[in-house]
Amino acid sequence: MIRKAAIAGLGAVLAVLAGASFHRGRHLAEPLVAGPGVARVATLGDYFAPLKGGVNDAHVYILEGQAPGGTVLLLGGTHPEEPAGRLAAWIFAERAELGQGRLLVVPTANRSASTVTRLGGAYPPDFTVPTAWGGQKFRMGDRWSNPLDQWPDPEVYLHYPSRQQLAYVDIRNLNRAFPGRPGGTLTERTCYAIMELVRREKVDIAIDFHEAELQYPVISAIVAHERGADLAAAASMFTSSFEGFSIGVENSPKALRGLSHREIGDASGAISLLLEAPEPFLDATRGRTDRALLLTGRDEFVVRAGRRGLLFEKIDENGWPIDVRVGRHTSTVLQILENWTADRPDRGVVVAGVPRYAEVVEKGVGAFLTDPKTAPPGRLFRE
Amino acid sequence: MATIVTALYYLLTAFVAVLLAVNFLKRKNWQEEALYIIVLVPFLLRLLRLK
Repeated sequence: MIRKAAIAGLGAVLAVLAGASFHRGRHLAEPLVAGPGVARVATLGDYFAPLKGGVNDAHVYILEGQAPGGTVLLLGGTHPEEPAGRLAAWIFAERAELGQGRLLVVPTANRSASTVTRLGGAYPPDFTVPTAWGGQKFRMGDRWSNPLDQWPDPEVYLHYPSRQQLAYVDIRNLNRAFPGRPGGTLTERTCYAIMELVRREKVDIAIDFHEAELQYPVISAIVAHERGADLAAAASMFTSSFEGFSIGVENSPKALRGLSHREIGDASGAISLLLEAPEPFLDATRGRTDRALLLTGRDEFVVRAGRRGLLFEKIDENGWPIDVRVGRHTSTVLQILENWTADRPDRGVVVAGVPRYAEVVEKGVGAFLTDPKTAPPGRLFRE
Repeated sequence: MATIVTALYYLLTAFVAVLLAVNFLKRKNWQEEALYIIVLVPFLLRLLRLK
């Protein structure tokens, strides 16, 4: 009996330790200090009431300029396990000042997916970006909504409204569920809320931040809806010429449904674009899956895969550090805005205060995050 | 429908957890007892909606 009690006690300790880790991962509060450009903060529930108060009632930071102009939406955290997108959105929300037009920033588009990690993937539960005040911790997140929030998965996922057959697990993938529907799953309802935001706020351009494994052919690119092809091509040309890195353009396939670059453009008047940066952490051939790999993008096995010609993007011993990946996103967005404003001055969006690629690489992402302890009253939010 | 399936899933999880606990109590060998306890942990975490 004593032996049984001892083993049961050890099991209880194991359960408490594991449970505490999972609980921390699900409930870690990430501070975001609304920057000088933020005029007000809404949530997705303001655009689709059934989301109100739920796990995916994500913040929408609304930045406004003095002069009227266009409206641009930035989506981070569609796939939270691609952290450069969330961090780029963070920098825009905390740093951007608008001279003209409006910027709507959603740093955690699928908040549910940010509260879980890849099942069986041995992901770290969180990661810390070094800052002058010691570091800011973020949830690691996953590609799919948390099964605790949306379950069960079907045998085959039928996308709405196209009825295209997709992988079962993608019923919890925000970037396979656009344009969503009001009576659907949590993920579909979140997409519907984002579409309502796009329609009601008359968004001109929706930009969805992503990262991709180097074995995936769509990488280091702007994926563009056909109405955004010229804008993406111009931004690609200017960025590749002047920013110190290359970014290509991919056309949004008409036959592949549910993705933001296809469905937002089809279901609204907005131009929809999606940005991909390289993230070796996601590669199937990676070695140890830890915080260091997430932040440095250095992995000897992915490098070996590159030497054998198995990758669609270059990699060497320097890897793909988070600063490089975030800088690519901020510069590409700034270039898109500049090209758009030059072409459509009446619908222009003029942004200052956001660092470009070279500055992010030089100073690091942490230099552009705001210490939550210095937040003025009412300006500190928890993602 | 999803709500019903989810409820059934949690009932099944609880049922298996009880079976594991009963089998743990019946075992005479410490290695088998440890095995049942380790297998029980993820069932408990799911019932508590932690993972």
